[in-house]
Amino acid sequence: MASSESRGATIDIRSVSKRYGGFTALDDVSLHIEAGEFMTLLGPSGSGKTTTLNVIAGFTELSSGVLEVGGRSVVGVPAHKRNIGVVFQHYALFPHMTVGRNVAYPLALRGVAREHRERRVQSALDMVKMVDFSHRFPSELSGGQQQRVALARATVFDPPLLLMDEPLGALDKKLREWLQLEIKRIHRELGTTFVYVTHDQEEALVLSDRIAVFNQGRIEQIGTGRQLYDEPATLFVGKFIGDSTVLRGTARTSGDETAIDIGGQKAVTRKRLPNGGTPVMLLRPEKLALVRRGARISVDRNSLAGRVGEAIYLGSGSKYEVVLADGSTAVVRSTLEDEAFQIGDEVDVLFAGSDARLLADDDKADLTLT
Amino acid sequence: MRLPARILLGLFCLLVAVWLIAPTIVVVPMSFNDKKSLAFPPSGFSWQWYQNFFSNPEWSSSLVSSLKVAVVTAVLATIIGTSAAFGLDRMKSRVSGVLRAVLITPMIVPGVVLAVGIYAVYLDTQLVGTLTGFVLAHTMLAVPFVIIAVSASLEVFDKRLETAAISLGASRLTAFRTVTLPLIAPGMLSGLLFAFVTSFDEIIVALFITSPYLKTLPVQIFSSITRDADPTVAAVGTLLFIATSLVIGAGLLVGSRQRKR
Repeated sequence: MASSESRGATIDIRSVSKRYGGFTALDDVSLHIEAGEFMTLLGPSGSGKTTTLNVIAGFTELSSGVLEVGGRSVVGVPAHKRNIGVVFQHYALFPHMTVGRNVAYPLALRGVAREHRERRVQSALDMVKMVDFSHRFPSELSGGQQQRVALARATVFDPPLLLMDEPLGALDKKLREWLQLEIKRIHRELGTTFVYVTHDQEEALVLSDRIAVFNQGRIEQIGTGRQLYDEPATLFVGKFIGDSTVLRGTARTSGDETAIDIGGQKAVTRKRLPNGGTPVMLLRPEKLALVRRGARISVDRNSLAGRVGEAIYLGSGSKYEVVLADGSTAVVRSTLEDEAFQIGDEVDVLFAGSDARLLADDDKADLTLT
Repeated sequence: MRLPARILLGLFCLLVAVWLIAPTIVVVPMSFNDKKSLAFPPSGFSWQWYQNFFSNPEWSSSLVSSLKVAVVTAVLATIIGTSAAFGLDRMKSRVSGVLRAVLITPMIVPGVVLAVGIYAVYLDTQLVGTLTGFVLAHTMLAVPFVIIAVSASLEVFDKRLETAAISLGASRLTAFRTVTLPLIAPGMLSGLLFAFVTSFDEIIVALFITSPYLKTLPVQIFSSITRDADPTVAAVGTLLFIATSLVIGAGLLVGSRQRKR
């Protein structure tokens, strides 16, 4: 994706399951990753994203399914023969070796001659801007520096695939944001396939070509950040990526319109839904507008009454949490030009029915209404 | 703290310190006695007992025997103990707890009980008075010390480093050799020193399985002092005191340098 003459490997995961006794860590997971793609596995802890990474790396054997890297099955191939780079959250640099020897380690194992080794270590350290630290020990480096060395060590042997398990999880926000950009640059320079595990949806959006959202051992949705944000396939994805307002109600169908009764107030949508169903409306903060109660009645927009529960000034605009009549909370983002509101103000929340994403009220795929 | 209390505490500490090192302090002057007696304080000064220790074949051969046994024991116990500690570390915790207890028993069982058992078996197998016999018995006694020392190192060793090594292309064995081993080496070294000292010091089992042809230094000291009051014993004691101080001192030095990393 990022580079045309890609040196990365494709990954094919088909119907992979992993069971530990009675516990199913991965349940029929399928995922295809293009050569040179930056794929992020996103999900809460225990959702199966790290298990998937460990299965690809060979640290964990899968219980059933197909796993191919570069078109060849790697099931049963021991981890040390897979030639896959791995970067860990805890850096995992060898404390008894200098930075230079750490990076040279995979080359020494591959029998690379000493003079070539030197040059490749230099260029790998150059890539992460750590050349001057070659003779230091890991304990003399900061967390961010250690992770850059780990990145150099995991890529110095030119693996066609690099796995990263929450590599920035132990770092503070500023450093994390800077390293995200560094990782993006390195991905462009190397053209290697990157598989990146994180629970941080913002990080996933910054880095990835595509994102696979994991939940309870299964993939909920695979897509670009925009697809996941604009067209979440499940309520879980909608809530996990970005802010959202979730409205619950009962569907009442009449003609080609469906009205959803939300705590006594009506929201109308053009989408046809079965009468009496209980769908969920998911709305992004930018799709909602706030007006003072009764100030303006818009015929073509839905209107729900509420009271401002929280007003947060963000610099570029404001974010409001509005408590609606049925007790649920609407999250609204406004720009600087919009009218400002205080906590306790009585307001109407306006939105177009077409901007609402209608989803099933649980995560069972066969009940998805869209 | 008020001044009188501080003085009292200081005096008490001094008393304990004197009590702990008094036997050692008594031995050193005795070794320079000019008469063949163990009288304290000595009546005059001479080097003759040191001379006797090195010239008398009975003493020098027992020293050589002790060194042979202790060196082989230390190496064997370190290999066995390290392997055992590594195995225990990677086991399910419930099984390893029981196994660890079993492996530590030679430290807890009274020496005489072990000695009687070993002697009975050695009589049948003709191991009494042999180098093999000594090494086997002492290795058994020394293994627990190595297990404890190496286990302590493994406790703080980050196993994820092995996973990292494997991801970089190392087989399990290579990962162990290039990453685990160097990082638990201080524990192994301290285990090795403990094993050496355990064997070099050991007397109870040695008294049972000794023969006129193979005597270790502690046995020689014991039989010499029960036969006649020979101040050579004090000279040997002083030399041993200096030697062990140097070994332990070196061990501490290596340990502190490792910690600095």
